[in-house]
Amino acid sequence: MSTIKTAESPNGIEGPGFFATSLDAAVGLARKNSLWPLPFATSCCGIEFMATMASTYDLGRFGAERLSFSPRQADLLMVMGTISKKMGPVLRQVYEQMAEPKWVLSMGACASTGGIFDTYSVLQGIDRIIPVDVYIPGCPPRPEQVLDGILKIQELVQSESIRRRDTPEYKAMLQEYGME
Amino acid sequence: MNEELKTILLDTLKSTFGNDIVAVDAPYDFTTITVKKDKLVDIISHLYNHEKLQFQFLTDLTASHYPDDKEQLEVVYHLHSLVNNIRVRIKARLSIGTPEIATLTGVFAGANWMERETFDNLGVIFKGHPNLKRILNVDDMLIHPLRKEYPLEDQVRLDKNDTMFGR
Ligand code: SF4
Repeated sequence: MSTIKTAESPNGIEGPGFFATSLDAAVGLARKNSLWPLPFATSCCGIEFMATMASTYDLGRFGAERLSFSPRQADLLMVMGTISKKMGPVLRQVYEQMAEPKWVLSMGACASTGGIFDTYSVLQGIDRIIPVDVYIPGCPPRPEQVLDGILKIQELVQSESIRRRDTPEYKAMLQEYGME
Repeated sequence: MNEELKTILLDTLKSTFGNDIVAVDAPYDFTTITVKKDKLVDIISHLYNHEKLQFQFLTDLTASHYPDDKEQLEVVYHLHSLVNNIRVRIKARLSIGTPEIATLTGVFAGANWMERETFDNLGVIFKGHPNLKRILNVDDMLIHPLRKEYPLEDQVRLDKNDTMFGR
Protein backbone atom coordinates (compact mmCIF):
# COMPACT_ATOMS: atom_id res chain seq x y z
CA MET A 1 0.00 0.00 0.00
CA SER A 2 1.22 3.43 -0.82
CA THR A 3 2.44 5.50 2.12
CA ILE A 4 1.96 8.78 0.26
CA LYS A 5 -0.48 10.99 2.08
CA THR A 6 -2.70 13.24 0.07
CA ALA A 7 -4.50 16.27 1.45
CA GLU A 8 -7.89 15.57 2.91
CA SER A 9 -10.70 16.60 0.66
CA PRO A 10 -13.01 19.29 2.02
CA ASN A 11 -16.56 18.60 3.11
CA GLY A 12 -18.89 18.19 0.17
CA ILE A 13 -21.41 16.07 -1.54
CA GLU A 14 -20.10 13.04 -3.31
CA GLY A 15 -21.75 10.71 -5.74
CA PRO A 16 -20.78 8.48 -8.61
CA GLY A 17 -18.63 10.61 -10.94
CA PHE A 18 -19.04 13.94 -9.17
CA PHE A 19 -17.99 15.84 -6.08
CA ALA A 20 -19.49 19.14 -5.11
CA THR A 21 -18.04 21.56 -2.56
CA SER A 22 -17.84 25.29 -2.08
CA LEU A 23 -15.39 27.31 -4.15
CA ASP A 24 -13.85 28.70 -0.94
CA ALA A 25 -12.98 25.22 0.26
CA ALA A 26 -11.50 24.11 -3.05
CA VAL A 27 -9.45 27.28 -3.48
CA GLY A 28 -8.36 27.20 0.15
CA LEU A 29 -7.14 23.65 -0.23
CA ALA A 30 -5.16 24.47 -3.33
CA ARG A 31 -3.63 27.64 -1.89
CA LYS A 32 -2.75 26.01 1.39
CA ASN A 33 -0.67 23.31 -0.22
CA SER A 34 1.11 25.43 -2.79
CA LEU A 35 2.46 28.41 -0.88
CA TRP A 36 5.31 30.25 -2.54
CA PRO A 37 7.27 31.84 0.29
CA LEU A 38 9.47 34.84 -0.20
CA PRO A 39 12.32 34.57 2.33
CA PHE A 40 13.32 37.98 3.63
CA ALA A 41 16.23 36.76 5.73
CA THR A 42 18.58 39.30 7.23
CA SER A 43 20.52 37.62 10.03
CA CYS A 44 20.88 34.62 12.32
CA CYS A 45 17.22 33.60 11.98
CA GLY A 46 17.83 33.33 8.25
CA ILE A 47 20.43 30.65 8.94
CA GLU A 48 17.86 28.69 10.91
CA PHE A 49 15.51 29.06 7.98
CA MET A 50 18.13 27.49 5.72
CA ALA A 51 18.10 24.47 8.02
CA THR A 52 14.32 24.42 7.73
CA MET A 53 14.56 24.30 3.96
CA ALA A 54 17.27 21.64 3.89
CA SER A 55 16.74 17.90 3.85
CA THR A 56 16.35 17.14 7.57
CA TYR A 57 13.35 19.39 8.10
CA ASP A 58 12.39 19.98 4.48
CA LEU A 59 9.75 22.63 4.12
CA GLY A 60 9.02 21.11 0.72
CA ARG A 61 6.94 18.45 2.46
CA PHE A 62 4.32 21.10 3.12
CA GLY A 63 3.97 22.26 -0.44
CA ALA A 64 6.33 25.17 -0.03
CA GLU A 65 9.21 23.72 -2.01
CA ARG A 66 9.52 26.57 -4.39
CA LEU A 67 10.87 29.77 -2.84
CA SER A 68 10.00 32.85 -4.75
CA PHE A 69 12.65 35.50 -4.88
CA SER A 70 10.35 37.85 -6.69
CA PRO A 71 7.68 39.43 -4.50
CA ARG A 72 5.29 39.55 -7.43
CA GLN A 73 4.99 35.78 -7.51
CA ALA A 74 5.05 35.12 -3.77
CA ASP A 75 2.10 34.71 -1.47
CA LEU A 76 3.88 34.31 1.87
CA LEU A 77 6.40 36.84 3.09
CA MET A 78 8.71 35.26 5.66
CA VAL A 79 10.57 37.96 7.58
CA MET A 80 13.46 36.40 9.46
CA GLY A 81 16.01 38.44 11.33
CA THR A 82 16.82 41.90 12.57
CA ILE A 83 15.23 44.62 10.50
CA SER A 84 17.03 47.92 10.87
CA LYS A 85 15.09 51.12 10.51
CA LYS A 86 16.87 51.77 7.26
CA MET A 87 15.66 48.42 5.94
CA GLY A 88 12.07 49.26 6.93
CA PRO A 89 11.05 51.03 3.70
CA VAL A 90 12.58 48.21 1.65
CA LEU A 91 10.57 45.59 3.52
CA ARG A 92 7.45 47.64 3.08
CA GLN A 93 8.03 48.00 -0.62
CA VAL A 94 8.53 44.26 -0.95
CA TYR A 95 5.23 43.71 0.87
CA GLU A 96 3.44 46.19 -1.33
CA GLN A 97 4.72 44.53 -4.47
CA MET A 98 3.20 41.20 -3.52
CA ALA A 99 -0.15 40.43 -5.11
CA GLU A 100 -3.21 39.68 -2.96
CA PRO A 101 -3.87 37.36 -1.30
CA LYS A 102 -0.71 37.53 0.77
CA TRP A 103 0.34 36.45 4.23
CA VAL A 104 3.20 37.48 6.48
CA LEU A 105 5.17 35.33 8.90
CA SER A 106 7.43 37.04 11.41
CA MET A 107 10.15 34.72 12.62
CA GLY A 108 12.14 35.34 15.77
CA ALA A 109 12.29 37.93 18.51
CA CYS A 110 13.95 40.52 16.29
CA ALA A 111 11.42 40.58 13.50
CA SER A 112 8.55 40.42 15.98
CA THR A 113 9.66 42.99 18.57
CA GLY A 114 13.20 44.15 17.92
CA GLY A 115 14.46 41.43 20.26
CA ILE A 116 17.70 42.11 22.05
CA PHE A 117 18.38 45.02 19.73
CA ASP A 118 16.53 47.64 21.69
CA THR A 119 18.43 50.47 20.12
CA TYR A 120 18.06 53.55 17.98
CA SER A 121 18.88 51.83 14.71
CA VAL A 122 16.59 48.78 14.81
CA LEU A 123 12.92 48.61 13.95
CA GLN A 124 11.08 47.46 17.07
CA GLY A 125 8.90 44.87 15.36
CA ILE A 126 7.92 44.67 11.70
CA ASP A 127 4.26 45.03 12.62
CA ARG A 128 5.01 48.73 12.92
CA ILE A 129 5.18 48.92 9.15
CA ILE A 130 3.38 45.86 7.70
CA PRO A 131 0.56 43.63 8.99
CA VAL A 132 1.68 40.24 10.34
CA ASP A 133 -0.35 37.02 10.39
CA VAL A 134 1.78 34.67 12.46
CA TYR A 135 4.60 35.37 14.91
CA ILE A 136 7.18 32.73 15.80
CA PRO A 137 8.86 33.40 19.15
CA GLY A 138 12.44 32.40 19.88
CA CYS A 139 15.97 33.61 19.39
CA PRO A 140 16.35 31.85 17.05
CA PRO A 141 13.29 29.61 16.82
CA ARG A 142 14.08 25.98 16.05
CA PRO A 143 13.17 24.63 12.60
CA GLU A 144 10.30 22.72 14.22
CA GLN A 145 8.87 26.03 15.33
CA VAL A 146 9.20 27.43 11.85
CA LEU A 147 7.35 24.42 10.47
CA ASP A 148 4.71 24.97 13.14
CA GLY A 149 4.44 28.59 12.06
CA ILE A 150 3.99 27.51 8.45
CA LEU A 151 1.27 25.08 9.52
CA LYS A 152 -0.47 27.93 11.34
CA ILE A 153 -0.24 30.01 8.18
CA GLN A 154 -1.67 27.09 6.23
CA GLU A 155 -4.65 26.95 8.58
CA LEU A 156 -5.27 30.62 7.95
CA VAL A 157 -4.89 30.18 4.22
CA GLN A 158 -7.25 27.25 4.09
CA SER A 159 -9.98 28.84 6.15
CA GLU A 160 -9.81 32.24 4.56
CA SER A 161 -12.89 33.21 2.60
CA ILE A 162 -12.09 34.33 -0.92
CA ARG A 163 -13.89 37.56 -0.24
CA ARG A 164 -11.95 38.45 2.89
CA ARG A 165 -9.65 40.86 1.06
CA ASP A 166 -12.66 42.85 -0.14
CA THR A 167 -14.11 43.36 3.31
CA PRO A 168 -14.20 46.79 4.96
CA GLU A 169 -12.30 45.36 7.95
CA TYR A 170 -9.41 44.33 5.75
CA LYS A 171 -9.36 47.67 3.98
CA ALA A 172 -9.45 49.49 7.32
CA MET A 173 -6.55 47.39 8.54
CA LEU A 174 -4.48 48.26 5.49
CA GLN A 175 -5.39 51.89 5.91
CA GLU A 176 -3.98 51.79 9.43
CA TYR A 177 -0.67 50.98 7.79
CA GLY A 178 -1.15 53.74 5.24
CA MET A 179 -1.67 51.34 2.33
CA GLU A 180 -4.75 51.30 0.12
CA MET B 1 56.97 52.17 18.29
CA ASN B 2 60.63 52.02 17.56
CA GLU B 3 62.44 54.69 19.59
CA GLU B 4 64.32 56.18 16.69
CA LEU B 5 61.21 56.80 14.63
CA LYS B 6 59.37 58.06 17.66
CA THR B 7 62.08 60.65 18.25
CA ILE B 8 61.90 61.71 14.62
CA LEU B 9 58.13 62.00 14.88
CA LEU B 10 58.12 64.08 18.05
CA ASP B 11 61.03 66.25 16.91
CA THR B 12 59.48 67.13 13.59
CA LEU B 13 56.14 67.91 15.22
CA LYS B 14 57.73 70.03 17.94
CA SER B 15 59.93 71.96 15.54
CA THR B 16 57.19 72.63 12.98
CA PHE B 17 54.06 72.88 15.15
CA GLY B 18 55.47 73.49 18.62
CA ASN B 19 52.56 75.48 20.02
CA ASP B 20 49.85 73.43 18.43
CA ILE B 21 50.69 70.19 20.19
CA VAL B 22 48.55 69.97 23.29
CA ALA B 23 49.70 66.65 24.72
CA VAL B 24 51.76 63.58 23.91
CA ASP B 25 50.98 60.26 25.48
CA ALA B 26 51.47 56.56 24.80
CA PRO B 27 48.69 54.44 26.34
CA TYR B 28 49.35 50.75 25.64
CA ASP B 29 52.43 51.81 23.73
CA PHE B 30 50.35 53.56 21.09
CA THR B 31 51.74 57.04 20.56
CA THR B 32 48.90 59.49 20.90
CA ILE B 33 49.22 63.15 20.08
CA THR B 34 46.55 65.66 20.96
CA VAL B 35 46.65 68.74 18.78
CA LYS B 36 44.75 71.98 18.31
CA LYS B 37 41.89 71.50 15.94
CA ASP B 38 42.82 74.37 13.63
CA LYS B 39 46.14 72.78 12.75
CA LEU B 40 44.97 69.21 12.46
CA VAL B 41 44.95 68.94 8.68
CA ASP B 42 48.32 70.67 8.41
CA ILE B 43 49.83 68.27 10.91
CA ILE B 44 48.43 65.20 9.20
CA SER B 45 49.57 66.33 5.76
CA HIS B 46 52.98 67.08 7.24
CA LEU B 47 53.21 63.52 8.52
CA TYR B 48 51.93 62.26 5.18
CA ASN B 49 54.62 64.11 3.23
CA HIS B 50 57.44 63.60 5.73
CA GLU B 51 60.37 62.04 3.92
CA LYS B 52 61.13 59.43 6.57
CA LEU B 53 57.82 58.85 8.34
CA GLN B 54 55.34 58.63 5.43
CA PHE B 55 52.09 58.22 7.35
CA GLN B 56 50.15 57.56 4.15
CA PHE B 57 47.37 55.27 5.30
CA LEU B 58 44.33 56.38 7.27
CA THR B 59 43.24 53.40 9.34
CA ASP B 60 40.36 55.01 11.13
CA LEU B 61 38.63 58.25 11.79
CA THR B 62 36.02 58.56 14.48
CA ALA B 63 35.00 60.59 17.49
CA SER B 64 33.89 60.17 21.10
CA HIS B 65 31.71 62.16 23.39
CA TYR B 66 32.83 63.01 26.94
CA PRO B 67 29.85 64.80 28.47
CA ASP B 68 31.74 65.83 31.63
CA ASP B 69 34.61 67.60 29.90
CA LYS B 70 34.73 71.23 28.88
CA GLU B 71 35.37 70.42 25.24
CA GLN B 72 33.07 67.47 24.95
CA LEU B 73 33.82 66.02 21.54
CA GLU B 74 37.08 64.36 20.64
CA VAL B 75 37.89 63.51 17.04
CA VAL B 76 40.36 60.66 16.64
CA TYR B 77 42.53 59.83 13.62
CA HIS B 78 44.59 56.67 13.31
CA LEU B 79 47.46 56.90 10.85
CA HIS B 80 49.62 54.06 9.65
CA SER B 81 52.98 54.29 7.97
CA LEU B 82 53.10 51.20 5.78
CA VAL B 83 56.76 51.75 4.93
CA ASN B 84 57.90 51.78 8.55
CA ASN B 85 55.00 49.75 9.91
CA ILE B 86 54.29 52.19 12.71
CA ARG B 87 51.09 53.77 13.82
CA VAL B 88 50.13 57.01 15.49
CA ARG B 89 46.91 58.35 16.92
CA ILE B 90 46.04 62.01 16.50
CA LYS B 91 43.29 63.59 18.56
CA ALA B 92 41.63 66.96 18.60
CA ARG B 93 39.02 68.36 20.96
CA LEU B 94 35.94 70.29 19.83
CA SER B 95 33.35 72.12 21.86
CA ILE B 96 29.85 70.76 21.53
CA GLY B 97 28.46 74.18 20.66
CA THR B 98 30.57 74.48 17.51
CA PRO B 99 31.58 70.92 16.61
CA GLU B 100 33.49 71.98 13.52
CA ILE B 101 36.79 70.81 12.13
CA ALA B 102 38.31 70.94 8.65
CA THR B 103 37.81 67.94 6.41
CA LEU B 104 40.62 65.51 5.79
CA THR B 105 39.32 64.50 2.37
CA GLY B 106 41.96 66.70 0.72
CA VAL B 107 44.70 64.47 2.14
CA PHE B 108 42.93 61.09 2.22
CA ALA B 109 40.07 60.48 -0.21
CA GLY B 110 39.11 57.55 2.03
CA ALA B 111 38.21 59.97 4.80
CA ASN B 112 35.02 60.78 2.93
CA TRP B 113 32.78 58.02 4.25
CA MET B 114 34.43 57.95 7.68
CA GLU B 115 33.68 61.63 8.11
CA ARG B 116 30.12 61.07 7.02
CA GLU B 117 29.81 58.29 9.60
CA THR B 118 31.27 60.49 12.33
CA PHE B 119 28.89 63.27 11.34
CA ASP B 120 25.98 60.85 11.31
CA ASN B 121 26.63 59.34 14.72
CA LEU B 122 28.16 62.24 16.63
CA GLY B 123 27.30 65.38 14.70
CA VAL B 124 30.86 66.52 14.04
CA ILE B 125 30.76 68.96 11.13
CA PHE B 126 33.67 68.52 8.75
CA LYS B 127 34.03 71.85 7.00
CA GLY B 128 34.75 71.52 3.29
CA HIS B 129 33.52 67.92 3.02
CA PRO B 130 32.11 67.38 -0.49
CA ASN B 131 28.96 65.55 0.61
CA LEU B 132 28.38 65.71 4.35
CA LYS B 133 25.12 63.82 4.89
CA ARG B 134 24.04 60.77 6.88
CA ILE B 135 25.43 57.46 5.75
CA LEU B 136 24.40 54.72 8.21
CA ASN B 137 21.26 55.92 9.92
CA VAL B 138 17.92 56.69 8.32
CA ASP B 139 17.95 60.05 6.58
CA ASP B 140 15.12 61.49 8.64
CA MET B 141 16.73 60.77 12.02
CA LEU B 142 16.75 63.93 14.10
CA ILE B 143 19.53 63.11 16.54
CA HIS B 144 23.17 62.06 16.48
CA PRO B 145 22.63 58.83 18.38
CA LEU B 146 26.09 58.17 19.82
CA ARG B 147 26.08 61.43 21.74
CA LYS B 148 25.53 60.71 25.39
CA GLU B 149 22.59 63.05 25.81
CA TYR B 150 20.42 60.65 23.78
CA PRO B 151 19.18 57.37 25.23
CA LEU B 152 20.58 54.29 23.54
CA GLU B 153 17.35 52.34 23.79
CA ASP B 154 14.55 52.94 21.36
CA GLN B 155 11.80 54.77 23.18
CA VAL B 156 8.88 52.99 21.52
CA ARG B 157 9.13 49.60 23.23
CA LEU B 158 6.05 48.77 25.24
CA ASP B 159 7.23 45.48 26.68
CA LYS B 160 9.84 47.00 28.98
CA ASN B 161 7.54 48.17 31.68
CA ASP B 162 9.61 49.09 34.74
CA THR B 163 6.88 48.22 37.22
CA MET B 164 6.84 44.65 35.93
CA PHE B 165 10.56 44.01 35.64
CA GLY B 166 11.86 46.07 38.53
CA ARG B 167 14.38 47.88 36.39
S1 SF4 C 1 15.75 36.67 16.96
FE1 SF4 C 1 17.77 36.02 17.68
S2 SF4 C 1 18.43 34.51 16.15
FE2 SF4 C 1 16.77 35.69 15.24
S3 SF4 C 1 17.72 37.36 14.11
FE3 SF4 C 1 17.25 38.11 16.16
S4 SF4 C 1 19.13 37.78 17.34
FE4 SF4 C 1 19.24 36.49 15.49
